[in-house]
Amino acid sequence: MEILVYGTINSVSLALMGLGFAMIYGISRVPNFAHGALYIICGFVTWTLFYKLGLPYFLAIILSLGVNGILGMLMYRFILIRVRGMNISEIIASYAIGLAILESLRYGGFRGMNYTLPVFMEGSLMIGNVPVDFHRLIMMVTGILLVAGLWVFTHHTRIGLALQGMAQDERAALMLGIDSDFMAMLAMGFGAVLAGVAATLILPLGNIVVESGYSVLIMSIAVCIVGGLGSWMGAFFAAFIIGYAQILTVVFIGSHFQMVVALLAIILTLILKPSGLFGHQKELEERV
Amino acid sequence: MIKSKDPKMTTPILRMDNISKRFGGVQALKNVSFDVFPKDVLGIIGPNGSGKTTIVNCITGFIKPTSGNVFFKGRDITGRPPHKIADMGVTRTFQVMRPYYSLPAYKNLVIPLFSPRAKRTGGWGGGGNLGNRQTIAIDILEDIGFERDSYIPFKKTSTLPTGYLKRLELARCLALKPEIIICDEVFSGLSMSEIASMVPLIERLQDEGITIIMIEHRLRELFQVANRVMVLNFGEKLIEGNPVDVMADKQVKEAYFGSEEVEEVMTYA
Amino acid sequence: MSWRELSYLTLPRFILIAGMLSLPFLVPGMYWQRVISIVCIYAILALSFDFLAHYVGLVSLGGAFFIGTGGYIAGILNSYFSVPPFLTVPLAAIIGGVVCTLLLLPCLPLKGVYFAIVTLMYPLFMARIIEAFNIFGGTDGLVGIDSFSSSFAEQYFVICMVLIFLFGLRRFVTTDRGLIFTAIMDNDQAVRASGINITRYKALAVFIASSMGCMAGACLTHIYMWSGISQFALDFSILPIAATVIGGSGSLVGPILGCLILVPVSELLRDFGTLRIVFYALILVGFILFKSGGIMEFGQRKYEQFERWTKI
Repeated sequence: MEILVYGTINSVSLALMGLGFAMIYGISRVPNFAHGALYIICGFVTWTLFYKLGLPYFLAIILSLGVNGILGMLMYRFILIRVRGMNISEIIASYAIGLAILESLRYGGFRGMNYTLPVFMEGSLMIGNVPVDFHRLIMMVTGILLVAGLWVFTHHTRIGLALQGMAQDERAALMLGIDSDFMAMLAMGFGAVLAGVAATLILPLGNIVVESGYSVLIMSIAVCIVGGLGSWMGAFFAAFIIGYAQILTVVFIGSHFQMVVALLAIILTLILKPSGLFGHQKELEERV
Repeated sequence: MIKSKDPKMTTPILRMDNISKRFGGVQALKNVSFDVFPKDVLGIIGPNGSGKTTIVNCITGFIKPTSGNVFFKGRDITGRPPHKIADMGVTRTFQVMRPYYSLPAYKNLVIPLFSPRAKRTGGWGGGGNLGNRQTIAIDILEDIGFERDSYIPFKKTSTLPTGYLKRLELARCLALKPEIIICDEVFSGLSMSEIASMVPLIERLQDEGITIIMIEHRLRELFQVANRVMVLNFGEKLIEGNPVDVMADKQVKEAYFGSEEVEEVMTYA
Repeated sequence: MSWRELSYLTLPRFILIAGMLSLPFLVPGMYWQRVISIVCIYAILALSFDFLAHYVGLVSLGGAFFIGTGGYIAGILNSYFSVPPFLTVPLAAIIGGVVCTLLLLPCLPLKGVYFAIVTLMYPLFMARIIEAFNIFGGTDGLVGIDSFSSSFAEQYFVICMVLIFLFGLRRFVTTDRGLIFTAIMDNDQAVRASGINITRYKALAVFIASSMGCMAGACLTHIYMWSGISQFALDFSILPIAATVIGGSGSLVGPILGCLILVPVSELLRDFGTLRIVFYALILVGFILFKSGGIMEFGQRKYEQFERWTKI
């Protein structure tokens, strides 16, 4: 029973982390290696707004999500747009930006274990015989609602369908009048906001540490690869697989193995089914 | 000129057995079966989008068919990796040409000469030792029609006209001493004179014992060399046989020209 | 050819070789002499990055993986098995090369993005695994490792290695076999249709690059007489990339120039802690956006214009 509950919690948090990366890659084919940085910076901005400036918590959250979104869009508009299409440079550029953000946060004084965000609601309730605090419940519910909402958005609204169109075939979308650069910018902003949402939900459960920026990046990439680069539904299912695998190893083997599980998941996926669970087999079926 | 196939050769060198391929919602190929006999020149024709290039990709291993098998000399080669299939002697050219644009022309051929097959089948001059690959590359180019003693083989590939590039594609296959060459629209983009000089080349390759499969749109030129023709439409095989009979068939005319007033349209001779 | 033409062609090379070989004499003090060794180690790593990225098309975001693997292998050989430095270095290069190639093998048949992702993650993983399982010395690392016999030996060894690798790689990529790599990068479908197994050649390239990196890591271990988690640090991943982009990607000389510039600068900025990394990252982005040819491209153009000067 414990495994079920903790597994679900872990999986939803992984899914939240992975969604932002999956969305950006899925729509604009830009691998956003600054994902972890966007995650952490949202946490720090919220912290600053809430503690230093004394704004109400929810206002701080909304504002920092907005900042994230703008940051993501600016990142695309001014930097990534110039290297769009050149794979090597895209990766290096987004990685470098991520590094710059994370390390300047570290340098700017956000060191140590002192930075935390308050949980949304104190207290806990019992599911079966397992105590689950309210914040984790809220995170789970929000996560699932978010994925459901995204599904509806991409299948039933105009912008969502446009984004899907771009994800499937960029040239065709261009011919239909969908501006690829504008959409990519929106996608990056949106992905950055998703990273921020993940941060907002998950960070209160622990401390805000710069190191977790790198961990989040690794986990998000792991989730996206196993699910198939480009498919956010895939990322969701992959999050559950990896999430449960991690909890199972924690319970049965030891708690140091979380990273190893993620690594093994990636390697196994690359060996057995490189396109992941739901990925499009682009590399195998390139039209010659 | 229509060549007749050797009546003694009845075992197919290449057999496609019920090949089907789905790309997501699109059925690109549906139960396509045909045999190719040694020293044939088989033409595969059909309107755009009928699955011709997909068939080539399935044969040469760039795509795995959803169902069905490909047999080369009796061995099942379905779904094997492209380099293994090329290693067995089934080579292809690309519809969208893929030479190495930044290299001089003859260096394009040096690369296939590194493959295990080139080493096994020996240098162009025969024997087991390859010797100087660059010399062999230039020999191959001369053989295929680049003028001797000219500077053309040394020019950067991106500066060559289309006729030479198409020959380069063929040369790339020839470097492997293939048994089958699949030419994907090798006549497209060429001028009339360039095609006129390609046709004897193809005939010569056939004389040397290479089986050739040609995917083409230029039917008049194709019928000068092909002894059998197969028509694909929407991924299905419509008919196969002698070029004259095939072009006279009503279904083929409908496929190319639409079903209205088919009788008024000229047929190809 | 006239003397002028001959010297035009060969002079830059001579200047480079002579310059590098005389560095230990030109530079004041023990501290800066050590910096030379570090420059060379980064230079080897940057060379391997440039080779993989621009001649084979594989972007390695985790040079630290090679350094750490080589460093740890050398450390283990020396500290548990008492193998002397002049053996550990070649052994670490080869064993490390094999290990790294095997670990990177699954992503070789796939698109370049996967290689970048996996190389990014391996150093982060290795650091955490060593820390979590507390093997190979855990967070303290392996101490008490032998160093090279003298400081001159140390410096000249790495300087010569840099020069050997530089000219060796340059030669290699212009041979016929080296062409295959460029062909794979340009057009891998055509290479496969020519009967060549691409994965095997990519693995060869990764082996070469990782052996170089592991050798550099082994040298590092012996220079500092210590091997620890910090050998998987971000510095080793990002500085070679920055050096390559700044110095001139694709030229194989550029990365060395880039290191000659960046490493001393980074030493000067040591007081600023991790701000250094921010600095590299920003310069990197700046160069990618605006001067993506790097210094070498600019320099080569100017040099060629120089040849055409005529006196009026």
